[in-house]
Amino acid sequence: MKLKNKRNYVGVLSSVFAIFIGLLVGLVVLILCNPSQALPGFMTILTGAFTHGMRGVGQVFYYATPIILTGLSVGFAFKTGVFNIGTPGQFIMGAFGAVYAGIMWDRLGGLHWAAALLASIALGAFWGLIPGLLKAYFNVNVVISCIMMNYIGMYLVNWTVRSNKALFNTLRNESKDVAATAVIPKMGLDKVFAGSSVNGGIVIAIAVVILIYILLNKTTFGYELKAVGYNQDAGKYAGINEKRNVVAAMMIAGAIAGLAGGLLYLAGTGKHIEIKDVLAAEGFTGISVALLGLSHPIGVLFSGLFIAYLTAGGFYLQLFEFSTEIIDIIVAVIIYFSAFALIVRSILGKIQEKRAKKEEMKGGGGQE
Amino acid sequence: MDYVIEMLHITKKFPGIIANDDITIQLKKGEIHALLGENGAGKSTLMSVLFGLYQPEEGVIKVKGREVKIKGPLDANALGIGMVHQHFKLVHNFTVLQNIVLGMETVKKGLLKMDDARKRVMELSEKYNMFIDPDALISDITVGMQQRVEILKMLYRDNEIMIFDEPTAVLTPQEIDELMAIMKNLTDEGKSILFITHKLNEIKAVADRCSVLRRGKYIGTVDVKTTSKDAMSEMMVGRKVNLTVEKAPAKPGDVVLKVDGLCVDAKQEGHTKKLVSDVSFQVRRGEIVCIAGIDGNGQTELVQAITGIRPANSGTVQVNGEDVTRRSIRYKNTHGMAHIPEDRHKHGLVLDYNLAYNGVLQQYFEPEFQNHGFLKEDAIYSYADKLIADFDIRSGEGAATITRSMSGGNQQKVIVAREISRKHDLLLAVQPTRGLDVGAIEYIHSELVKQRDSGSAILLVSLELDEVMNLSDRILVIFEGHIVAQLDPKEVTVQELGLYMAGSKREGKADET
Repeated sequence: MKLKNKRNYVGVLSSVFAIFIGLLVGLVVLILCNPSQALPGFMTILTGAFTHGMRGVGQVFYYATPIILTGLSVGFAFKTGVFNIGTPGQFIMGAFGAVYAGIMWDRLGGLHWAAALLASIALGAFWGLIPGLLKAYFNVNVVISCIMMNYIGMYLVNWTVRSNKALFNTLRNESKDVAATAVIPKMGLDKVFAGSSVNGGIVIAIAVVILIYILLNKTTFGYELKAVGYNQDAGKYAGINEKRNVVAAMMIAGAIAGLAGGLLYLAGTGKHIEIKDVLAAEGFTGISVALLGLSHPIGVLFSGLFIAYLTAGGFYLQLFEFSTEIIDIIVAVIIYFSAFALIVRSILGKIQEKRAKKEEMKGGGGQE
Repeated sequence: MDYVIEMLHITKKFPGIIANDDITIQLKKGEIHALLGENGAGKSTLMSVLFGLYQPEEGVIKVKGREVKIKGPLDANALGIGMVHQHFKLVHNFTVLQNIVLGMETVKKGLLKMDDARKRVMELSEKYNMFIDPDALISDITVGMQQRVEILKMLYRDNEIMIFDEPTAVLTPQEIDELMAIMKNLTDEGKSILFITHKLNEIKAVADRCSVLRRGKYIGTVDVKTTSKDAMSEMMVGRKVNLTVEKAPAKPGDVVLKVDGLCVDAKQEGHTKKLVSDVSFQVRRGEIVCIAGIDGNGQTELVQAITGIRPANSGTVQVNGEDVTRRSIRYKNTHGMAHIPEDRHKHGLVLDYNLAYNGVLQQYFEPEFQNHGFLKEDAIYSYADKLIADFDIRSGEGAATITRSMSGGNQQKVIVAREISRKHDLLLAVQPTRGLDVGAIEYIHSELVKQRDSGSAILLVSLELDEVMNLSDRILVIFEGHIVAQLDPKEVTVQELGLYMAGSKREGKADET
């Protein structure tokens, strides 16, 4: 059973390698922009998140919460053989569900936030369900329908918020504040990470990560999902209902992305649905997170934390008159290089081989 | 001695396995040298080394006495080494001529000059008695013709040394005879041929000498004329092999599978072609019924319609008297149908799953392997260990081996093990021994007979005539989607069977008994 982990270990190494190259390129960019400030700037990227001690750590968790979940959404769908590029749409639909419930269902008391989160999950799931159904019964390419659903979702939310007086804050051109009862409880995290925006959302996100990990790896349902994801024909041969599988996978992926929206907009940090014609960035970041995390739930958790960590550190780059976009460049390079994972794998494979050879010479051979 | 190619003391290692261990092969000018070995014996690796796809850790390659370093197929080609791959490398929507010159086009001022090429190709085809239509599209010509195109490609490149990788696997008996004649012809003209195969009949028919590999080791080189088939197979497998299947006469019982008027249409645009046309037959408990035919005559579609992978357009399929035509695949799987699929990579295995997970592909939902939706890992792994032990499946990391990394023969064994071990009344075995070595074939054959004797109904689809003749109790010949004959293997000769398969002879409608 131990052997099963060997492959993952190489995968993790290749991600680490990609991160290393990405940071190196970031350093080069910094040097090109302003050589004299490059080194302190680079140190800021690496350690900036800790500038304010525990508060900074809390901030990392706060940033990480939505992108862990959108990353999980993409990664989960990917494991089941569909490329869910619809996270921005599912995310904003989830956000809308949460905001709507957060403003309108204000008589639920202590359960209000949970109900609002359920609303975000339901809307996200619904937004994932549609491309799933289209794929299963009309063989519509998921990527295309997802992109369409992104725009439909964005405009639908904009329109609904603006035309609904109870939701719309005309002065600021955004949604109103949610009720205080709808804000996610801090779960004691505000004491540990005093002064930061962290809240119970990160706990929920981690719980969902674990849940999805168990679902994928320990259950018959996960067995089916992955079997169809790896090889649809073999899935069919095995008698697995591949249509139902695609629908379920997209629904779950949508639900996770929707929850991401709910958690961010109910964080009580003054986040409102702004009426802008822009797709939710958290959705697309999810694709990066999933790639870097090798689509594995636990990998996604760490890659989400890592990208949030860089983003938090990058914020302080402004002190050195660098623009924060450099962080985006670094992240992009990292993703670019994690796509080279295969090459890295073969390089690492060769190194292992050499090492094995040396050991063999010492130990006097012996095969299999 | 005049050797054109010498591969001396070649050793090639992969992590955890030595694919070639100190192998020496010497090819004389003008001879047909057979390379015999089981699957995973290292034949493909050795040829890849010769082609420069792998660099050996130890050993040297000499071409015409001169030591060479081959870094890739281009180097090999420059040294006059050419190869006909098992799966042809042809562009299907190009003509024969275009395929032959591909990569070696004669060009004048940037424009193609096909006339010179055409002349040379026609000369070659005449010289070697390989008649072809240079303007036919590859997709329109038979597999045998495609193979000729591959051979002409080598001749066009002036290759002196030709490697044939299991060239007869896709041919009819008549085509095989023609190929053998062509090979003899080539050596008469001074070409040298390395002939990779595990069919002893063919070695006996054409080869001069034969080198045998077993599990990566060089066993020896023998003179074909003075060595018996039994001796060669013993060298290959490492023990005495029973080449004929021992079986008692069949004792057919109740009808298990009843196919009635089954039709499958091609779903191509514009026209409908019947791939399977009004096929009816029965398979009884305790008999092996074989559907014989040349690849692509509807046997794939027929089996897929029976299993439900592809819908039938009309007709019915009954298993144990129950109409299951419209039932789900899962229902059929759990109601007595086991299926060794034709394409092990496409249907048979989830290649990225490990051996253990593949072992329960149709059973993971049974109480034995799951509890309230949670997989019982321990049960799954110990079941896999049992399959590995029972069927001698070899893999690098046991039950945890990712099946993609296993050799083709062992992948097939996983499927056969899984399907035979499952509770079933009917076993559909589609080319169950494809790509397997003699030892494994012997094992699978005896296993199929054992299944038959224990009361299974077995429908075998095979392209191998030996298998058809040896194993089946009844033969149904399929040609262009029709069952054209029902034959008794004891009363029909291989030649006659070949004629039925090629469609040049047919019986009245196969009578149902």
